[in-house]
Amino acid sequence: MQYLEFEKPIEKLVDKLITIEKLNSEGVDTKKTIADLKLKIKNKRNEIYSSLTPWQKVQLSRHPQRPYTLDYILQITNGNFVELHGDRSFKDDKAIVGGWGSIDKKTYMFIGQQKGRNTKERQFRNFGMSNPEGYRKALRLMKMAEKFNKPIVCFIDTPGAYPGLEAEERGQGQAIANNIIEMCKLKTQIICIIIGEGASGGALGIGVGDKILMLENSWYSVISPENCSTILWRSWDFKEKAADSLKLTAENMYNLNLVDEIIKEPLGGAHTFPQKTISTVKKKIQSHYNELSKLSLEELINKRINKFTEMGKFKNKK
Amino acid sequence: MSWFKRIKEGITTSTRQKKETPEGLWHKCTNCKKIIPFEDHKKNYFVCSYCDHHERISSNDYINIICEKKSFTELFKEIKSIDPLNFEDKISYSLRLKNATKKSGLDDAIKTGIGKIGNDSICLACMDFEFIGGSMGSVVGEKISRLIDVCIKKRYPLIIISKSGGARMMEAALSLMQLAKTSAKLHKLSENKIPYISLLTDPTFGGATASFSMLGDVNIAEPKALIGFAGPRVVKETIGKDLPKGFQTSEFLLEKGFLDFIVHRKDLKVKIKKLLVFFKN
Repeated sequence: MQYLEFEKPIEKLVDKLITIEKLNSEGVDTKKTIADLKLKIKNKRNEIYSSLTPWQKVQLSRHPQRPYTLDYILQITNGNFVELHGDRSFKDDKAIVGGWGSIDKKTYMFIGQQKGRNTKERQFRNFGMSNPEGYRKALRLMKMAEKFNKPIVCFIDTPGAYPGLEAEERGQGQAIANNIIEMCKLKTQIICIIIGEGASGGALGIGVGDKILMLENSWYSVISPENCSTILWRSWDFKEKAADSLKLTAENMYNLNLVDEIIKEPLGGAHTFPQKTISTVKKKIQSHYNELSKLSLEELINKRINKFTEMGKFKNKK
Repeated sequence: MSWFKRIKEGITTSTRQKKETPEGLWHKCTNCKKIIPFEDHKKNYFVCSYCDHHERISSNDYINIICEKKSFTELFKEIKSIDPLNFEDKISYSLRLKNATKKSGLDDAIKTGIGKIGNDSICLACMDFEFIGGSMGSVVGEKISRLIDVCIKKRYPLIIISKSGGARMMEAALSLMQLAKTSAKLHKLSENKIPYISLLTDPTFGGATASFSMLGDVNIAEPKALIGFAGPRVVKETIGKDLPKGFQTSEFLLEKGFLDFIVHRKDLKVKIKKLLVFFKN
């Protein structure tokens, strides 16, 4: 288990617990101490996780042990998933994955940005930063879902669309714009879930849907706090202040009416209890799909469009 | 004798040594540095008569170039930016807005309204780079959205002139959602089969490129305009190499297949008019 700086007090207690549990297995009666420690850990977690700063949430959203898109898909579908590759015109982008999967025999199209856990994997996945062909692959799969009347689930977890030379050559902006407008009109249910990082157009490129859900310790904004700090303060050092200013937490986003629901994470975060988190997400997908499937496709799309066209805050006085 | 050669281009005289000239009489091209009388420059559509450099101009200038004289009526001027997140960096967003209004004399980074080209009415939205870098916030999104409503109601074609650094950071996710908002409305426009011409001018980046700017039925651009998703500095840092010459220019985008054609500013009105006739007849 890796612990972030602010989680260190928990690490100490957990280490202690492990040592004592070992003693217990060797025949020493430590039941009471163990129970005490467990309670202490719980209280400590409560204390730490109930008062997280936006920047700490950003750090949690990037925790290397947090479940990634494929972890979600594989557990949710119980392995009943076939990955589909390629955009049919240029190549297969490894930063976005997708394919058919089923939950309790109901077929869904799953799509999402995929990050890697070690250096090699991270490079292979391009750190979850997609090129235009990734967005085009996603759109191809979404259209297939539409054709066969299957709902779509998008997992969003990206530090942004890849800002590379070739990405520009192949029209990164156009690819995202096209996904956004196409997703506005897709005749099928779309559920988008921000599971980690939701950075800018790169996230929105697979982020237009009927229900936008956000995990408690994820973030969503127009720019990452680091880049915001670099641009506005001309220095990397104001990232914490930038994270505050950007109002990027799930709670902020919900209060601004930009997302529909916050998915609570277990006390201790998704990285501590990935399986529990994923099963909560699974239930949410099912319940939202059941609700959405009651609407006619016309109602569904009108509602989707109205939701997004109402976003924004301004004054309107003559 | 290499030290006789001028190696660096564009060495300029320091301010102290410069002689005062009344402002507004002359224009110095930002590209070739040649000086021409301002009146001539204006007559030439703010394009340098020596090097053909298209100077960045304001929404009012574009309106004068494209629309018939006195035909433009501005709409939705009353929609103004607020500071919904109490955003503060070195200065607060509210103060930034005040300063921008004072400096540029504009309400926000876009002007929207109805005008005429020939005898035909059009809906025109034109962005201003002078106002916080032409950034797209809630106001830009709302004005475009309402203008599209007018397009649909009156069946007027839509022209958007983009000139934007991207989404407005000080409105964070609210500005990001304007990408979805404007695109959703463009979908409605498309459903109603009303033509949309997108003109991309120098510079068009980020959120604009990733939404309405790239979604025209016809996408056109001015010569040598810089257009892209990520800014050139970011791309350069990402790849750790110098960028090839002409990268992210209109010519580059035309070559890569993202633009329909490039149009010189002096031909702008004629070309748009021609297109609109094709759509109409």
